[in-house]
Amino acid sequence: MAIIPKKNAIPTQEPSVRAHNFNEVALGYSPEVAIEEAKRCLNCKAQPCVAGCPVNVHIPEFIAKVKEGEFEEAYQIVNATSSLPAVCGRVCPQETQCESKCTLAKKFESVGIGRLERFVADWHNEHATGKARAPQSNGRKVAIVGSGPSGLTCAGDLAKKGYAVTVYEALHKAGGVLIYGIPEFRLPKKIVAKEVETLKELGVEIATNVVIGKTLTVDELFEMGYEAVFIGSGAGLPNFMRIPGESYKGVYSANEFLTRSNLMAAYRDDAKTPIMKGGKFAVVGGGNVAMDAARTALRLGAEKVYIVYRRSMEELPARREEVEHAQEEGIDFRLLCNPVEILGYKNPDDPRDPKNGFVTAIRCVKMELGEPDASGRRRPVPIQGSEFDLDVDAVIISIGTSPNPLIKSTTEGLEVNRWGGIIVNEDGLTSREGVYAGGDAVTGAATVISAMGAGKVAAAAIDEFIRNK
Amino acid sequence: MYKILTKKRLNPTVTQMEIEAPLVAKKAKPGQFIILRVDEDGERIPLTVAGCNQATGGVKIIFQIVGATTEALNHKEAGDSIQDFVGPLGVPTRTDGVKKVCVVGGGVGCAIAMPVAQEFHRLGADVTSIIGFRNKDLLILEDEFRACSNKLIVMTDDGSYARHGNVTVPLKEALEAGEKFDLIITIGPLIMMKFVVATARPFGVPVTVSMNPIMVDGTGMCGGCRVTLIQDGKPTTKFACVDGPDFNGYEIDFDEAMSRGRIYFDFERRAHEETCNLFKLQ
Repeated sequence: MAIIPKKNAIPTQEPSVRAHNFNEVALGYSPEVAIEEAKRCLNCKAQPCVAGCPVNVHIPEFIAKVKEGEFEEAYQIVNATSSLPAVCGRVCPQETQCESKCTLAKKFESVGIGRLERFVADWHNEHATGKARAPQSNGRKVAIVGSGPSGLTCAGDLAKKGYAVTVYEALHKAGGVLIYGIPEFRLPKKIVAKEVETLKELGVEIATNVVIGKTLTVDELFEMGYEAVFIGSGAGLPNFMRIPGESYKGVYSANEFLTRSNLMAAYRDDAKTPIMKGGKFAVVGGGNVAMDAARTALRLGAEKVYIVYRRSMEELPARREEVEHAQEEGIDFRLLCNPVEILGYKNPDDPRDPKNGFVTAIRCVKMELGEPDASGRRRPVPIQGSEFDLDVDAVIISIGTSPNPLIKSTTEGLEVNRWGGIIVNEDGLTSREGVYAGGDAVTGAATVISAMGAGKVAAAAIDEFIRNK
Repeated sequence: MYKILTKKRLNPTVTQMEIEAPLVAKKAKPGQFIILRVDEDGERIPLTVAGCNQATGGVKIIFQIVGATTEALNHKEAGDSIQDFVGPLGVPTRTDGVKKVCVVGGGVGCAIAMPVAQEFHRLGADVTSIIGFRNKDLLILEDEFRACSNKLIVMTDDGSYARHGNVTVPLKEALEAGEKFDLIITIGPLIMMKFVVATARPFGVPVTVSMNPIMVDGTGMCGGCRVTLIQDGKPTTKFACVDGPDFNGYEIDFDEAMSRGRIYFDFERRAHEETCNLFKLQ
C-alpha cells in the first residue's frame, strides 16, 4: 500500500470567525479520519517515537488500537503513562518530540501522533462511563506543591501506586498554568477540570488556597506526616525588559494579562475582574505564551495586535502551528525589532487628565542577525538610527519568568542555582532528603510535557525512597 | 468555603469581619495580607490582616466599601461564608531594633496600622500613634490605638473631632521638638504617605510605607503589583506581594504608584454603580 505523504488535516474554525471567539481553534479528528491517520503508522520495530516522548507513551501500541477502532483501549494505553492525555494531545510540541522521531518523517510528514492522542482522550471523556477506581491504599502520605502539569502527573502516578496524595494549590482553582496561562481557545478549561476530576477519583486530594512557604512550610508538611514532598510550584515572577516606560498603565506581563483573562474570566461581559480591551496591542516576545497573549488580546476585541520579536521567524521559539494560527488570524509579526522604550501620555497642562500615564506607543529599533551566540542562534544586533514608533494602547511583555521565590525563602537547606531554579539530581531529588522538585520551578519556563516528564520521574523516585525507608 | 465568624460596622463605609481560617490565623503577622474572593466568579482582592484569634481560628479584616467586591462582601453577615481566603501573604513588618516608633495612619489605613502599633507595643517599644480621618463620622479604632500607644494624636481634616488638620502637622511638631524616633511607619492613602515621607526627610528618620497596589494572584506570579523604587538613583522594580508590602518610603515612586492605582478607575466605578443598583432592586 502506498504511503500517504501528508497527515490527515485537522479541521479548524475559520480564522475570521475564531479571531472573535474563545472557542477551541482545532476541532479534532472524527473516528473515520482517526482510523485513516492511524493506518499511516508503519508500526516499526525501533519505536523511535516513544523515546521522543518525555513520558514515554506507548505510541505504536495505542495507534494500533485506534486502527482497529478500539478507542477506549487505545486511551487506556496512553493513560498508563500519561496522566493528562487530553491536555498533551493539545499543547505538546509533538513536532519536536515524538513526531520528529517518526520513521515516516524521514521522507514524508510524520504520523499525527498528537492529533491521535487528542482524539482518543476526547473519545474517552465523551464515552467512558463509570469512575476511575482508587487503588488499594498503602497508607503512606505524599504532599505535592502546585497543581500544574508536573504536580498533577506526580500526584497521578503516586495515587495509582496507592499513596495518599494531597496537592496543595495557592490559587483558588486547580490546574496551574493549564488554568491561568493557556487560553480557552487552545485548551478548554473543562478538559483540565475533567483531568483533575479523574485524579480525584483516584483518591488524590486537592487543597486550594494554601501557599506552601506561607500558609504551611515544607517542614510543617513533614510534621503533618507526609513522607515526601514534591515541589512543582512553577514559574514565578515575570521578567520585564528594564526599559523606560514599563510602569505606564497598559503595560502587562503576559502572566497578568492571561491570568486576568483565563483564571479570572475577564473576557466575559459579566466579569468582576477588569482587563484592557480593544485598541492596539504590542506583545513583546516570540514564545508560545506570547502567541497566547496576542491571540487573547485579539479575541478581546483589539483592532490591531503586533508581535514584536528581536530575532527572525526562523528563531521564533513558539510552536509552528501556533505561529501559523496567529498569522491566519491577522496578528502582525514585526520581526527583527526590539523595544527600547514605552511611551506614555502626559498632558502638560492638566496633571489630573485621566489619560495621563496610559501607554501611547512602543519605540523599537530594527535588528539584524550577527554571529551565533551561546544558544547557537544568531545574535540580534541593533541597526543604528533605525528607531521607529508603533502606536499602541497596551503592551504585553512576554519574555519569560524567574522561579517563584516563596518556597526557597522558607525552606532551609533547599539549594537553588544562581537564577533561582531549584537544584535537583536526575531523580528530581533536591538538596533536602525527601524533597523532590520538577517543572518550571527547576528549569525555568519550559513546556507542559517536560514538566509532566519531571513529575513522572520524581514519582518513581519518591516511590522507591518511601519503600526503602 | 470560609465562614464569617463576626461582623461589625466601624463606620458607614468601613466594616470589620473575622473570617474562620485557622491555618492563616496561626501564621499571620502584622503587615501581612490575605486575598479573598467573595463568591464563585468573584475577583481576588487583597486585604491586610488586622489581627488573629488563635482560639477561634479567626482572621480579622477591615475593609472600606469602595467597589463592587467590597460592596458584595459587606452584604454578607456573620454565619455566611465566602468562597476563598488565602494567606498570609507578603513579608511581615520588620520590628527588630526599634525602641521608639511613630505609627502614622490615615483613614482605613488605620486598620492596617493598628496591629503594627499593637505589635510594637507588645515588644516593649515606645509607640506614638498619629491617626487621621476626613471627619468625625469616619473615625475608627480610637480605643484600640489608645490601648497600645504611649501617646495618641487624633486628627480630622475638617476639625469635626479632636485636632483639626493633617497627620503631618503633629508629626512635624514632634520631629521639630526633638523626638528621636527609630522608625516612622505610615499606612494610608498614597498622597498622605508621600507627605509623611516629605515631612520626615529633613530629619533623616527612616520611614516604612505600606503599599497596596492592584494585585491578582498575590503569590509572585502576575507582576501586576509592581512598584518602582529609586535605589542609588536608578529605578528598580519590586513586587509588593512578595517583596513588600512594606518598603523604604524614601525610595518609592509615589506619583507612579498613584497613577497605576487608577488604571481601572472607570471599570470599577461602573461595576460599583451596577452592584449598588442590583442590591437596590432586591
